[in-house]
Amino acid sequence: MELIKRGINIDFIGKRYIAFAISGLLIIISILSLIVRGGPQYGIDFAGGTLIQLKFKTPVEIGKIKTGLSAMNLSNSSVQIFGDEEENEFLVRTNAPVTTNKEFSQSLEEALITATGNGAEIRRIEMVGPQVGKDLQGKALFAIFYSLLFIAIYISGRFEFKWMLSGLTAAVLMGSVYFLSLFKINLAVLIAAALLVTFAIFWQLNLKYAMAAIVALAHDVMITVGMFSIFDKEFSLPIVAAILTIIGYSLNDTIIIFDRIRENLKKHTKSPLAFVINRSVNETLSRTILTSGTTLLVVIALFILGGGIIHDFAFALLVGITVGTYSTVYVASPILNAWQGKTKKRR
Amino acid sequence: MFSITLCPSTPLTRRVQGARSGHKPAEVLNERNRSLKLFSWKLILSVAVIIAATIYILPTINPGIWPHKKINLGLDLQGGMHLVLEVETEKAVESTIERISNDLKGILRTKHISFAAIERTEETKISVALQGQENIDGFEKILDKEFRELRILSRTRDNDLLKISMDLPDEATDSIKKLAAAQALETIRNRIDQFGVSEPDIRMQGENRILIQLPGVTDTQRAKELIGKTALLEFKLLDESREPELALSEGVPPGSEILYEIREDAQTKRVVKRPYLVKKGALLTGSYLTDASVQIDSQYNEPYVSIDFDKKGARIFENITEENVKKRLAIVLDNKVYSAPVIQEKISGGHARITGSFTTEDARDLAIILRAGALPAPVKMLEERTVGPSLGTDSINKGLLSMWVGGLLVLLFMAFYYKWSGVVADIALMFNIVIIAGTLAAFQATLTLPGIAGIILTIGMAVDANVLVFERIREEMFLGKTPRAAIDAGYERATLTILDSNITTLIAGLVLFQFGTGPVKGFAVTLSIGIISSVFTVLVMSRIIFDYFLYYRKIKKLSI
Repeated sequence: MELIKRGINIDFIGKRYIAFAISGLLIIISILSLIVRGGPQYGIDFAGGTLIQLKFKTPVEIGKIKTGLSAMNLSNSSVQIFGDEEENEFLVRTNAPVTTNKEFSQSLEEALITATGNGAEIRRIEMVGPQVGKDLQGKALFAIFYSLLFIAIYISGRFEFKWMLSGLTAAVLMGSVYFLSLFKINLAVLIAAALLVTFAIFWQLNLKYAMAAIVALAHDVMITVGMFSIFDKEFSLPIVAAILTIIGYSLNDTIIIFDRIRENLKKHTKSPLAFVINRSVNETLSRTILTSGTTLLVVIALFILGGGIIHDFAFALLVGITVGTYSTVYVASPILNAWQGKTKKRR
Repeated sequence: MFSITLCPSTPLTRRVQGARSGHKPAEVLNERNRSLKLFSWKLILSVAVIIAATIYILPTINPGIWPHKKINLGLDLQGGMHLVLEVETEKAVESTIERISNDLKGILRTKHISFAAIERTEETKISVALQGQENIDGFEKILDKEFRELRILSRTRDNDLLKISMDLPDEATDSIKKLAAAQALETIRNRIDQFGVSEPDIRMQGENRILIQLPGVTDTQRAKELIGKTALLEFKLLDESREPELALSEGVPPGSEILYEIREDAQTKRVVKRPYLVKKGALLTGSYLTDASVQIDSQYNEPYVSIDFDKKGARIFENITEENVKKRLAIVLDNKVYSAPVIQEKISGGHARITGSFTTEDARDLAIILRAGALPAPVKMLEERTVGPSLGTDSINKGLLSMWVGGLLVLLFMAFYYKWSGVVADIALMFNIVIIAGTLAAFQATLTLPGIAGIILTIGMAVDANVLVFERIREEMFLGKTPRAAIDAGYERATLTILDSNITTLIAGLVLFQFGTGPVKGFAVTLSIGIISSVFTVLVMSRIIFDYFLYYRKIKKLSI
């Protein structure tokens, strides 16, 4: 059986402006949403606070739960339905780290019974103090930074077969980050700076494959973060893990197509680059769709059946893998073409 | 539907085969020997891996089959508690300073040296003021002889008035802090051991944080109370010069303080707070305890905690009771009054009892913390993650359900799309899951909910390696190669791509493993294991199956 007929020839490069428009639009929406909401929403992992998961025996109105909470001096907490509606589960969140001792849970249960006339089971309590929140933020940012560093080394080495250069890239990157960290700059800014430095190095050294890959990668992460903002979802540690996985996955796709481009460039020395890129994307299209398809299949299963706790994680993967597949075909390859067109040099 | 089948009868195939067997028979034979050798080497490795993985999984399926542990479930799957506490080591320094200034006062008094003031200022400093040359000389002598550890911060002399401010040198405070943290860890470990939790994980995190993981704990509130209590037991005399209510409204006499007794009525659940006016300065503390146990009062049928002092403690207790007959002695735990009985007579032997309106459980927990000893400094809860057991079970069920559904869909799809070759890929995929589970069990890694998600993701991505190979094989066959040549070429050309397309995800996985905590680490573990094992199952195992059919069953048709 074949989904994609052999010898298919879709003009991907020819449609690049439409693709750029779509990507640009998505990124602008993402940025706008982030601006409107005042940056990404941090979950208690990073912001600190308390999360309580409640399960009622019979359906309850959110308003009544709130009444019960205000009796507990928890009036400024948010309450939302968690998981499937028929499970009567709710998530209560406050920004203050609450000490949940024996007295607290007892009086919470009582207050909820009085307000809703329905007994609630406390299924999960998560409390993160501000110090730990800060520590976890640091850890997450370090994880992002090191993955980017190693991946930058790997792609500059792997795509261009210049391992000496990639060593140099790493040294420059580490050096500049060290230099900036002397000024006690926020780690998030540091990572953005590191990305810019990487980009500048690739540009300077004319590492076009690596650069196209990095652009596609930034594109995927941007849109995933934007989607989280648009759907009002919170960033927690697992979401950071999902984003790093997306980075790995998106690169995986890019590597395979770029390898094929290089292989075909040797075969078709006379053809224009756009033709070779188109041909390569078409040749690997079947594989791209099959792999993303099966991966999406399992992620959708996780998204629908995995339950509330893993829901956002599955959502991040769902968005990231979709966007990652799209960006490999419609972002990384056209950028490679555009860059190549500028320098008029082929390799 | 489109499928490529190559039969020996197609002219193209015959030509290719003919060319090989006709002109280079020796080379073909050599190549075949080489393949067979590789085949056997790969076969032994694969069989060994599968057997090892199966052996390690067995205890999880059927516990007790051989003495290896089950796959470790994370707190999010089996329920339990994750706590990070901070030992307020600064407080240990403060109490040391407090003790030193009390000692100093005591010695000065016994040597009849009068002082204007000795007090703890700015948390960790001792300020002393003395008047008169004689007193100053005596004080200096004692300072030189008995308090050499104190560092003098400032010294002002105004005629015959000496004001001196001292503290402990940095090394001393550092070692007090370190000791306090280590002691707190030990004490908490003791308490948890006595509470009875299977496989707790309690360790130091950084300088003054304690990480506590209690898997499977159901009564989380009790566990928290048990861990967090400082458990400083003190015996203090009641100040009966004034009614506590009066002291509350008109001011507390110097040297005394108000402490409360908190009682909850068992029936009405109403909490009653009752003030006591007690004299500052404990006559005896819990540090002299040797044992504490729960007893039932035969008269009222109420549980109480019986405590035993060591020799020195027993002597002090005897003295206190002898000197204060008919007075009331408050038993104070963490600044809460438990009871304040009237001393009827001198008590020797070093036994005492703590009564209160205890439930048996309360009394048991109190006995545990008294036995384990007081924390050298109070602890503060920095992080808490508690998952109820029912939620854990829900998470396992939902995670496994999505794994089965997702996995089954992928298996069906592969078999449908690549037919017979798809079935080969499916077998490799199932081996892959066996290897992941076996590796988790062998290394005692922890399976968490994101970890299950990692396995699910691996199932989706593992197919990728197969797809890469199969698409290559199809391309090669389209160019007219025999199944054998196509498979050889397909694997050969796809291997490098497979290896390095997986490296980027592996990098992300390893970094996450380094920086992740708890559930996220579980995800990093299954993702990393999954990537490695999926490369192995595709490049080695499914290759063996293809080789078997090519060399032993001599199939001429490849259904792909």
